[in-house]
Amino acid sequence: MTYGMIHSTESCGTVDGPGIRFIAFTQGCPLRCQYCHNADTWEFGCGRRVTPESIVSEALGYRSFLDASGGGITFSGGEPLAQPEFLEAALREAKSHGLHTAIDTAGSVKPANIEQILEQTDLVLLDIKHIDDAACRILTGRSNKNTLEFAQLLSDRGIPVWIRHVLIPGITLNEEFLRRTGEFIGTLKNVERVEVLPYHQLGVYKWEALGLEYALKDVEPPTAEETQWAESLLNAHLVH
Amino acid sequence: MLLEKTLPAWNGFTTGPWMEQIDLADFIRRNRTEYTGDDQFLAGPTDATEALWQQIMSLTAEERVRGGVYDVDASTPSTILSHEAGYLNRDLEKVVGLQTDVPFKRSIHPNGGIRMVNDALEAYGFKPDDQVTKVFSEYRKTHNQGVFDAYTPEMRAARKAGIITGLPDAYGRGRIIGDYRRVALYGTRYLIESRKNDLDARGGFLSETDIRDREEMNEQLRALKELEILGQKYGCDLSRPAENAQEAFQWVYLAYLAAIKEQNGAAMSLGRVSTFFDIYIERDLENGTLTEETAQELVDHFVMKLRIVKFLRTPDYNDLFSGDPTWVTESIGGMSEDGRSNVTKSSFRFLHTLSNLGPAPEPNLTVLWSTKLPRGFKEFCAKMSIISSSIQYENDELMLPIYGDDYGIACCVSAMRIGKQMQFFGARANLAKALLYTINGGIDEKMKMQVAPKTEPILDEVLDYETVIAAFDKQLDWLAELYVNTLNVIHFMHDKYSYERIEMALHDPEILRTMACGIAGLSVVADSLSAIRYAKVTPIRDEDGIAVDFKIEGDFPKFGNNDDRVDSMAVDLVELFMEKIRKHPTYRNSLPTQSVLTITSNVVYGKKTGNTPDGRRAGEPFAPGANPMHGRDTKGAVAALTSVGKLPYEHALDGISYTFSIVPKALGKDDQTRISNAVALLDGYMGGENKGHHLNVNVFDRETLMEAMDHPELYPQLTIRVSGYAVNFIKLTREQQIDVINRTFHGSI
Repeated sequence: MTYGMIHSTESCGTVDGPGIRFIAFTQGCPLRCQYCHNADTWEFGCGRRVTPESIVSEALGYRSFLDASGGGITFSGGEPLAQPEFLEAALREAKSHGLHTAIDTAGSVKPANIEQILEQTDLVLLDIKHIDDAACRILTGRSNKNTLEFAQLLSDRGIPVWIRHVLIPGITLNEEFLRRTGEFIGTLKNVERVEVLPYHQLGVYKWEALGLEYALKDVEPPTAEETQWAESLLNAHLVH
Repeated sequence: MLLEKTLPAWNGFTTGPWMEQIDLADFIRRNRTEYTGDDQFLAGPTDATEALWQQIMSLTAEERVRGGVYDVDASTPSTILSHEAGYLNRDLEKVVGLQTDVPFKRSIHPNGGIRMVNDALEAYGFKPDDQVTKVFSEYRKTHNQGVFDAYTPEMRAARKAGIITGLPDAYGRGRIIGDYRRVALYGTRYLIESRKNDLDARGGFLSETDIRDREEMNEQLRALKELEILGQKYGCDLSRPAENAQEAFQWVYLAYLAAIKEQNGAAMSLGRVSTFFDIYIERDLENGTLTEETAQELVDHFVMKLRIVKFLRTPDYNDLFSGDPTWVTESIGGMSEDGRSNVTKSSFRFLHTLSNLGPAPEPNLTVLWSTKLPRGFKEFCAKMSIISSSIQYENDELMLPIYGDDYGIACCVSAMRIGKQMQFFGARANLAKALLYTINGGIDEKMKMQVAPKTEPILDEVLDYETVIAAFDKQLDWLAELYVNTLNVIHFMHDKYSYERIEMALHDPEILRTMACGIAGLSVVADSLSAIRYAKVTPIRDEDGIAVDFKIEGDFPKFGNNDDRVDSMAVDLVELFMEKIRKHPTYRNSLPTQSVLTITSNVVYGKKTGNTPDGRRAGEPFAPGANPMHGRDTKGAVAALTSVGKLPYEHALDGISYTFSIVPKALGKDDQTRISNAVALLDGYMGGENKGHHLNVNVFDRETLMEAMDHPELYPQLTIRVSGYAVNFIKLTREQQIDVINRTFHGSI
């Protein structure tokens, strides 16, 4: 039987997709982003074991809220694509009950059943960590190749996408990188919105709790003006 | 006959049964103009409004400087006619009338109890009046004296230990809504005639009930005549119906003023006036005697008067019900039995006072929510909640089938048909303490004295769920009986010594009375029972064997996470205690009900209750009303709403209060998303399968409150919803401020 490992759930998500959303945070992520604010979702093999039916049934318990808001269910992480069989089954289950489905992913893994997953997905929240491959490897521990290919696939399939990009002074807050990211986004045909997420330090306590060294402790959040500027660069080539 | 006399007043209204007999619901159904648009039509404050509000703000500042009370007339017990007319600024006010002859000067109401009056006077640096003290000690018995003459030693002990507390035995019970609209629609002459007929109908052999009715009705007639004279003092002929919108506001306000001059009731709620007024406003807009600006001005001036209702109360009382609340609750919106909504432009205008005058706790603006309300109104409510945190919501879909379409909310969450129903307010019983009595054989864990009858204490090393539940059930039998008995005493005496003459004159002669019991500590008990069942709870006993603390090993489900294992315990508890209350005869055959509502007394209850098996430390506040315990609801706002929504309204007909705080960001990224998500939260909570009853919506960051604690002078109007009402945050005691800050803020990281 298919099952998934879940870190936790949130019954009132309002930023990860339209409306009010039930969010299942999957456990386990192949990336090691230096700024991660959910470092406790990295490790594979732990967490709460759920079946696709049981997690969707939890969401359905909040149906009146999801329906009233035009919301649905979002699989976030961790990296939901790192549990592809579970994800596909859970999305299928959710769709069978008429729920709007979203996945919140960095697109860094390339599961074999990606086509089947996308057939059940209404929206992808795609986190482009870094447009520059070398810099991406330093920031996340992995290449950005899969992510950019995944973005292209979504564009080809016409699946609605919200692009997200974390703005980190000294790392992604860089004119050249932001221009390149904007140009890349401009090549995609399916982008509904682009969100710049200003870097924050609110997850640092989790690193400390896990006994990990936090590399960015001297990095301050970007200013509102910097964030606005980054937004304009990322949206410069957006095709609506 | 009546119709002919009053044609000018009723000119243009759609005729119907309301012309033959008192029937406000019928009048409103036939005459209101439903409004389904948005808030674009609203007008800002006029110069007069701004000047008057400025005056009130400086009087408020001065009142604060003077230690919380501006002035008191200590020598004139307040009656409808006790004081001469008073004004803020006669030239600017569109709605006149004050409780005394000077703005912000309070009066005394010794019928409730002379000691309470004198304690309050002394606490605020005023001298009690010798003559008043003599009269109310030697010649005129008070409610408080009557109650204590009848209280049993057991009742006194229970009261002292705080297992039953907040009882209206030394203050006015309130929670009675006079149908003040009747004065505007019919005039006092007709109301007097009509009550005389009711009186004449009670002849022949007089039973005790008839005798009491005849006495009360004559008191009501006297009060109506006094109201008429009060009108004359302000140059208003209340004997005839109001002929235009300005008069309608004025007539209703003077009727309400008579009530607050006569009674210092805990909650002096207003009813449901906005859509009633709208009918007069629409007529005047049509005939060109009113514009949107002047219509809004009437609403603003009326609301301003409601904001400055003042009573003299002791600091103790204010500790219990912080922030000097008067619960001038106004119920807005809701659906009608004719299938359309009761939303009118004036529903918007009343909420718009939060913009024109800035936020304030009073009047207690209560939206009767239905998923069927017009979208424009829903969004406006959400918008105003996000801006002001000053609105509470109650589920019209639950209440309409029970109370019809002309009910109002008294105090916080108590629904009643206006003019047709009243309640005997009964504060609440402390169920968390009852659980400790169960374990300790009826001995109070704080006072170390036998309060409940001596029973076998539970001496098991580890608490066993079945054993505890069985003993708890018996403990609740005792508590319910004692509680109802105590309330019977209180209300017998209140009717006898402090009868609400004018409020009851504005009711039908035959009414439904409810005996409104209540419970505190619901989530503490549910979590405690859950801990006993799903974790290992070992009592720690003192040298006398009393369990004074509990060692908890292992995790357990907690109320507020949509986990049926514990939510069902809370549900069962509500039903169980209600069943026990129903077993006992009530004063005046009133219908027993209960609320899950603490107001802000959750802090005082917590203070009086020892360590509990859920891990709550002695003295720590309970969660307010039906709230999950602070910080234990970890699955997000919707899970918490779902848990609370499970509590059965049919077993808590006096209301189930949930105070909900969410940070703005957690509602969404931009204003429009926040508004639509807030609407969806309300629709989901009230329209879903569970149908939650009540929701206070607070939208702010914890940091704002902390800043206001340190710099109160910068936040004179910061308003927050606490439990069925709103308070001015800076008027809370420090303890209560910390309690509010420690509550769960959904969405905070």
